[in-house]
Amino acid sequence: MSVEVAVAAALIVGVVAYAVLGGADFGSGFFDLTAGSGRRGAELRTLVDHSIGPVWEANHVWLIYVLVIWWTAFPETFAAAMTTLVLPLLLALLGIVLRGASFAFRKYSATLGQARLFGVTFAASSILTPFFLGTVAGALASGRVPADGTGDRWSSWLNPTSLFGGVIAVGTCAFLAGVFLAADAARSGQGRLAEDLRLRALAVGVVTGAVVFAALGPIMDDAPTLSDGLTGRAAPLVVLSAVAGVATLWLLWTRRYAWARLPAAVAVAAVVSGWGVGQYPWLLVDEVTIAEGAGAPATLQALLVAVGLAVVVVLPPLAYLLRLTQSEEWSRH
Amino acid sequence: MIGGFPPRSVVRVVTPALLADVVAQLSAAVEPEGLLPARQQMALSLGWHIVLACFGVAFPAMILVMHLRGIRRDDPVALELAKRWAKTSAVLFAIGAVSGTVLSFEMGLLWPGLMGTYGDVLGLPFAFEGLSFFVEAIFLGIYLYGWGRMPPKRHVLMLVPMAIAGVVGTFCVLAVNAWMNAPAGFRLVDGEVTDVDPWAAMFNDQVWLQFAHMWVAAYMVVGFSIAGVYAVGMLRGRRDEHHRLGFVVPFAFATVAALAQPFVGHLLGAGLDERQPAKLASFELAETAESPSPLRIGGVYVDGEVKGAIDIPVLGSVFAMNSFDEPVPGLDEIPEDDRPPVNLTHWAFQSMVGIGTLLAGSVALFWFLRWRGRDLLEKRWFLRFVAVSGPLAVVALESGWIATEVGRQPWIVYGYMRTTEAAGDYSGLWWLLGSTVVVYAAMTAGAVVVLRSMARRWRAGESDLPSPYAPETVGERS
Repeated sequence: MSVEVAVAAALIVGVVAYAVLGGADFGSGFFDLTAGSGRRGAELRTLVDHSIGPVWEANHVWLIYVLVIWWTAFPETFAAAMTTLVLPLLLALLGIVLRGASFAFRKYSATLGQARLFGVTFAASSILTPFFLGTVAGALASGRVPADGTGDRWSSWLNPTSLFGGVIAVGTCAFLAGVFLAADAARSGQGRLAEDLRLRALAVGVVTGAVVFAALGPIMDDAPTLSDGLTGRAAPLVVLSAVAGVATLWLLWTRRYAWARLPAAVAVAAVVSGWGVGQYPWLLVDEVTIAEGAGAPATLQALLVAVGLAVVVVLPPLAYLLRLTQSEEWSRH
Repeated sequence: MIGGFPPRSVVRVVTPALLADVVAQLSAAVEPEGLLPARQQMALSLGWHIVLACFGVAFPAMILVMHLRGIRRDDPVALELAKRWAKTSAVLFAIGAVSGTVLSFEMGLLWPGLMGTYGDVLGLPFAFEGLSFFVEAIFLGIYLYGWGRMPPKRHVLMLVPMAIAGVVGTFCVLAVNAWMNAPAGFRLVDGEVTDVDPWAAMFNDQVWLQFAHMWVAAYMVVGFSIAGVYAVGMLRGRRDEHHRLGFVVPFAFATVAALAQPFVGHLLGAGLDERQPAKLASFELAETAESPSPLRIGGVYVDGEVKGAIDIPVLGSVFAMNSFDEPVPGLDEIPEDDRPPVNLTHWAFQSMVGIGTLLAGSVALFWFLRWRGRDLLEKRWFLRFVAVSGPLAVVALESGWIATEVGRQPWIVYGYMRTTEAAGDYSGLWWLLGSTVVVYAAMTAGAVVVLRSMARRWRAGESDLPSPYAPETVGERS
């Protein structure tokens, strides 16, 4: 593997981690928003607070990791994508800002009125952010970012692949969150809440699956290069994702929540890495390949040092944090 | 750290003639449409973030000292303070994380020319900064939620990686900024960037001193701000151990930082006459080289002349050049196109130095009198001064940042790329700026409302701050 492909792989690993870990955090906004009135939704909102509170900032850093690796390793394509996709990126950024700030504010609100305001802001922006990031992914995958960054500011992300990408991102995040939240609820002994989440996660899963199915035709037409990749080299990953998705639904159906988390994460990881493998060797589809877009070799090597350092310095404490949050002591409210 | 600030017209005394001059300057300037709003956008979002970044850097160390004291001496007051500071930091770090993300996006959105050309030269420190942000966020999560859920001795240790990550993160961000001032690690051959060495770019000549200056500044901002909170409490008659301890720990941090800062700043300025003569000339408002140069306090530079300044002979050479007769470089030696906005740079620099000197003098006075057996905490005027010292330190921080950033103009990469070349070609950036002002104002208001309500409830004796939508709370109300 050449050094630039290794860095691109590290980049896609970051995207996968953000999609799985950050995605589950964003998805909890869907359940928060639909939890009902102050009284009826209190239990679920408290669970959301407790589940994502310790981890959302760490999970959010994956996005920073992706941005930094991208602009350092492939600077010209970064500038091109940022310039063409300025609108969805700014809207996603707005969502990121509002989500993080209002989540922290809600936790320490003094009154129910304040908590409602911050809560709605948190939940709504948690849904909008993955939508816009999904449109960005769709734009990149369907080759709408020209190398010089002069792509159309609107049609680059208002097209079939982008819009389906946005909707699928929202649905996937919500499905992940539903599975994780149901497992958290069951572990902390809130059986009724777990049951409620189970039904809603099943519904979200079925709807998202249907959207993916409906999107296949339009995306095939709209993004031929990606389609070739998805039906060719990346086909095993696509199949894996579908199988894992169905397995998740079955485990949810049979109330094995803790187990359901694994295939849920695998399904998302497989589809995101399938995207990466599917558009290989393109960085900007039909425009710039990984090799063409790569920056200075010395920088790529240095980045691999940084990635190696991340494996040693970041992953162990991250695993420790995730293990703590899944432990018995931390599940008590 | 990129971009700059309003043109010098903003700080001038506005007269009709000046106004006409400014209009002429603006209309004559051939600049990309996106340049001015992009600079304002960067100035706003970075100026906002930098304050929160200080808390991310310096607050964990202060919480660590307080928490350790609580555990070692079995001191419930210290433990309660550490717990409250932790909750405060949860709010501050959250908005710091998102406002930092804004900057990551803006690097590409506002400065595609910089990132496209030099991304692989300057990017490596950002990668390490990302790692330290990771470490800080992970241990923040563990620390915040670890209260009562972990063995106390292990729990307090979770602050150590946070404090270290804050230092490393500061170094990395300042590495990029120092590189913009003293570019290294590449060659420009026929307009193409070659021979890229990201390590040489990261460890450029200016990185250590710029890092030290910013790091110490972070401790000043946070130390004075937190001490000020408890000074206000004392002014309102709350003179218990809680307020004494809440004042002393951050004030001690601020003391060390405020006393060290003038020396660090002076070291950082050494050699500026050779590195960035235009910046030094603007700092000192030197319209021409004089031997020896005076220290020029205040004043404005209009049409090649300095007006309204107070000159103190020789001191300009002493401070800026470490000499009794060597002249500070004059603005008249620098082509007009290569000059930064002179007045803004000058005033920002002098505000920073003035406030820094005032803060250093006041902490020295406090400890000197204490040593002589007099406690300034008994004096209301001193408490009032400490109450405003936090905002003053923030003003000094922002001024210092304006001085170095605006003073680097018109360059974004000093000597290599002008800021005009880095900006994107967008229309509608003013709308973005307007929206950003609204969002940041709302975020500031939200933070103030929430933090004040936390303090109010703590004073009322609620220590756990149950969320208002917790089942039991909602149940009670309905």
